[in-house]
Amino acid sequence: MDKTQNNKAWFLVLPVLVLVAFSAVIPLMTVVNYSVQDTFGQNDFFWAGLSWFEDAISSDRLHEALWRQILFSVIILAIEVPLGIFIAMNMPKSGFWASLVLILMALPLLIPFNVVGTIWQIFGRGDIGLLGHTLDAMGIDYNYTNDPIDAWFTVIIMDVWHWTSLVALLAYAGLQSIPQAYYQAARIDQASRWSVFRYIELPKLQGVLLIAVLLRFMDSFMIYTEPFVVTGGGPGNSTTFLSIDLVKQATGQFDLGPAAAFSIIYFLVILLISWVFYTVMTNLDKQETF
Amino acid sequence: MAQITLQNLAHSYSAAPKSDADYALKEMHHVWQDGGAYALLGASGCGKTTLLNIISGLVRPSHGRVLFGNTDVTDAPTAERNIAQVFQFPVVYDTMTVRDNLAFPLRNRGMDAGYIAGRVGQIAKMIGMEDKLDRKARGLTADAKQKISLGRGMVRQDVNAILFDEPLTVIDPHMKWELRTQLKALHRELGHTMIYVTHDQTEALTFADKVVVMHEGRVVQMGTPEELFETPAHTFVGYFIGSPGMNLLDAKIDGATAHIAGHAIPLGKNYAATGRTQIGIRPEFISLTTGTGLPFTLRRVEDVGRHRIVRGEAAGTPINIIAGEGEAIGADMTHVTFDAAKINVYADDWRINGAA
Amino acid sequence: MRIKSSTVVMTLYLLFLLIPIYWLINMSLKTNQEITSGFTLFPHTFTLANYATILTDPSWYNGYINSIIYVTMNVVISLTVALPAAYAFSRYSFMGDKHLFFWLLTNRMAPPAVFALPFFQLYSSVGLFDTHIAIALAHCLFNVPLAVWILEGFMRGVPKEIDETAYIDGYSFGRFFVKIFMPLIASGIGVAAFFCFMFSWVELLLSRTLATVNAKSIAATMTRTVSASGMDWGVLAAAGVLTIVPGALVIYFVRNYIAKGFALGRV
Repeated sequence: MDKTQNNKAWFLVLPVLVLVAFSAVIPLMTVVNYSVQDTFGQNDFFWAGLSWFEDAISSDRLHEALWRQILFSVIILAIEVPLGIFIAMNMPKSGFWASLVLILMALPLLIPFNVVGTIWQIFGRGDIGLLGHTLDAMGIDYNYTNDPIDAWFTVIIMDVWHWTSLVALLAYAGLQSIPQAYYQAARIDQASRWSVFRYIELPKLQGVLLIAVLLRFMDSFMIYTEPFVVTGGGPGNSTTFLSIDLVKQATGQFDLGPAAAFSIIYFLVILLISWVFYTVMTNLDKQETF
Repeated sequence: MAQITLQNLAHSYSAAPKSDADYALKEMHHVWQDGGAYALLGASGCGKTTLLNIISGLVRPSHGRVLFGNTDVTDAPTAERNIAQVFQFPVVYDTMTVRDNLAFPLRNRGMDAGYIAGRVGQIAKMIGMEDKLDRKARGLTADAKQKISLGRGMVRQDVNAILFDEPLTVIDPHMKWELRTQLKALHRELGHTMIYVTHDQTEALTFADKVVVMHEGRVVQMGTPEELFETPAHTFVGYFIGSPGMNLLDAKIDGATAHIAGHAIPLGKNYAATGRTQIGIRPEFISLTTGTGLPFTLRRVEDVGRHRIVRGEAAGTPINIIAGEGEAIGADMTHVTFDAAKINVYADDWRINGAA
Repeated sequence: MRIKSSTVVMTLYLLFLLIPIYWLINMSLKTNQEITSGFTLFPHTFTLANYATILTDPSWYNGYINSIIYVTMNVVISLTVALPAAYAFSRYSFMGDKHLFFWLLTNRMAPPAVFALPFFQLYSSVGLFDTHIAIALAHCLFNVPLAVWILEGFMRGVPKEIDETAYIDGYSFGRFFVKIFMPLIASGIGVAAFFCFMFSWVELLLSRTLATVNAKSIAATMTRTVSASGMDWGVLAAAGVLTIVPGALVIYFVRNYIAKGFALGRV
C-alpha cells in the first residue's frame, strides 16, 4: 500500500511513546546506571567503568548459562517447528471438529507459566505424577530432581507441550490461506505429496514460519518461570538458563552491578538475533508485494 | 486425446435432492468431439464451474457417467484423467524457475530429460518467455505468471483435454486479445480438445468452434457461433448472445402468421405452437419504415461507432434496432418491419421448428 | 471403518496436550490423603473441598480478583494507545517510522528478568508499588508493541480508499476512526485484546515482583503457598485448574479468529 508522507502521524504515535518510554526507557537507564557503578552500602555508589562488563564477559558462569540457553532454544525450535507444521497439516479444515481442535490446542497457551510449571512438576513426580509413575513402573530410572538429563528431558517436553500449538496454529493459518487451485494444479501435474509440501506449502508458509520462529526464539530465550518452578535451575546448575541466573544474581545475591551488566549483554544478544530475523522478514514482505 | 461423453449427467450438492431446484446441474447428455475447441458460456452461478469440476475430477457427479473415449472415468481421480487445467488466477510454483515450472508436469511423469528440455524450449517460445526461463517465478507480473500457467497446461502432448477456467480474468485488456489469439493458434497447432469457461461472450465466440451456453444448471444450446446467432435454441441464448441481445415479443402464433397487438406479421413458415409463445428477432434484422409494419415509438439513438443502436418501444415491449451508418433516421419513421427469414419462434422459452 | 492417519495424529497430539491437564483436574478432586497414600487414575474419594478452600479464603480468591483487575486494565491501556499508533504505522510514512517500529518491537524482546528489578525501584519511587496499575503498566512493556504489531497487520488489509471516502463525506478523523474504521477491524481488535489478555494473564515474574499484598496475583499466591505450607497438593491443583478457566472462556469467544490472529493478521 502506498503510504502518505505525513509527519503529523507522530501525534498518533505519541501515547505509545510516552507509555513505552516510562515502562522501558527509564528502567533500562537504571540498569545502565547500575552496570557502571559499584556499591558498598545501601545508597553509596561510585563509578566502576566497564569492569562489570569485563567481568561478565569473561565469567564462566555467564558462558555456561548462555550455552545452556542456546542449546535449549535450538532444541525446542528443532522439535517445535517441524512438529508444529506436521500437526497443522493434520488438523481438520472446517466444521465442528476444527473449532474444537483449535480451542483444545490453544488451551496450554492460556495457562499461567507457573501453573504450566506446576502441572509438569506434579506430572513428572514418581510418587504422585502419571508420567513419573509410568516411567518408574516401566523400570526406567527417571528423577528430574536428581538427574540432569531427566531434568532437561522434563523441561524440554514441557516446552514442547506448552508451545508447539503456537507454531501449529500459525502454520495452520498459513495453510488455510493457500487457494484450493494450487492443490488441484498439483494433482493435475501429478506432483508427489513431498513436492506439494516442498513447492506449494513451504513457500507459502515462509512468512508465518518466520513469525513463529521469531516468537519462539524470543520467548524461549527469556524463559524463566516454567523451569524455575519445576527444577529451580537444578540439579546443580544444569537447568539454570539466563533469566534464572540473572534473577538469582539480582534478587538472591543483590549483586546489582554484575547483574545489570549481565542484563545488558543478555538484552543485546536477543536484540541482535531478533534484528537478523526482522530484517529477513521485512525483506520477504517486500518480495511478496511486487 | 479422446472424445468426452457426458452420459445422463446430473449433479446435486445436497445429499437427497427433491426438486429440480436442488440440482446444480440438470440432466444432460452430450458428446464433445476430440480436438474441438469448446467454450462454456453462462452467467455466474449457472453451473459451468460445476461442470468443469466434474470433467476435471474434482467433483463426482451424483448421477450419470463421464467417459473419456470409451473409458468410464466417473470415479477416476484427477491425476488419472490425464487432463491439464489453467485456473482463473495464476497458479505457479513460486520458488521454481520458469523452466522448472514448465518442466514440472513432465518430470513428475518420469519423461526423458532430453525430451523435456526440447519440449520446454518449444512451449517457452510459444508463450514468448524464452528470455525469462532462468528467472524465479516469484516476482513476475500476473500476466507473465498466467502465461506460465498456460504453458504448463500445454506442455504435455498426450493430454485428453485442456480445461481453462476463465483464465484471462486477471490479465490486462490489451494482453487478453493477444493471449486469446495465441490460444487459438495453439489449438490449431496442437489439436488438443480445449474447454474454455467464461462469462464473456466475445471471448467465447472468438475462441471456440462450438459454444456451450448454460443457464440455470442446464445446457440450453451447443452450437457454432453462427448457430447461436441465427437460431438461438432458448430465449436466454438470444438475449445473452449479441449486443444488444435478441428482441423478444409476446405473440399469438397462427400457422405462418404471428399476431402482435392486432398486427399480423408473416413468418415464412408454418408453426404449431402451444403455451407461452414469443417471436425473437435480432436487432440487425429489423428495419424502420415510415408506414408499414408494427407501430414503433422511438426513444433514443446511440452512436457506437460502426453502427447506431436505435432504442424504442413496440407493442409495449422495448425494442432495439441496429441501423447502418448510412441509413437516415427521421421523426417520420414510426413503424418497423421484421425480416421474415430471421424470425425465430419460441414456445415456453424453447425454439420450435417450422414447416415450409 | 478405515481411520484416517490425520485423525490418529490429532488424537495422539490432543492426548499429549490434555493428559497433563486431566492429571491436574484429577488431583484437584482428590483428598490430600488419597494423593499421597496411593496412586489412582481417577478420584476414588471425590471431593470439592479443595475448591471450597480457595473460594472461601480471601487470601486465595483475592488473587484471582487482583489478576483479573490488572489484566483488564492492561488490555484497555494497551489497546487505547496501540490503536492510533497502529493506524499511523499502517497509513502514513513519517520521519523515523521504521526505526520507531523496530524499537517498539525490541521491547517485546526484552526479557522480563532484566526489567524486574528496575521496575521494582521505579514503581516504588513513584509510590505505585503493590498497586494494580503498576502491574498493568509493566505488562504494557511487551503487550503494547504486540498490540501495535497485530493491529497494524489487520489495518493494512483495509483499503485506504475507505478512509478517503469518509473524509470526502465530511467525517472528522475521530468520528471516522470510531464509527467506521474500528468496526472494520473489529476482529483485529478482538485478537489483539486476546493476546494482551493472554500474555498478561500468564506472566508471573513481573507481577510477583511488583506486588506483595494488595495487588498480589493468583500466580504469585500459588508460588507462595507451595513454599510456605508444605505441600497441599489438592489445593494447589485446584488453584491451577481455576487459572485455566478464564483462558478457556476467552478462547471460546475468539475461536473463529484464533488461526488468523496467531498469524498476527498477516495471512
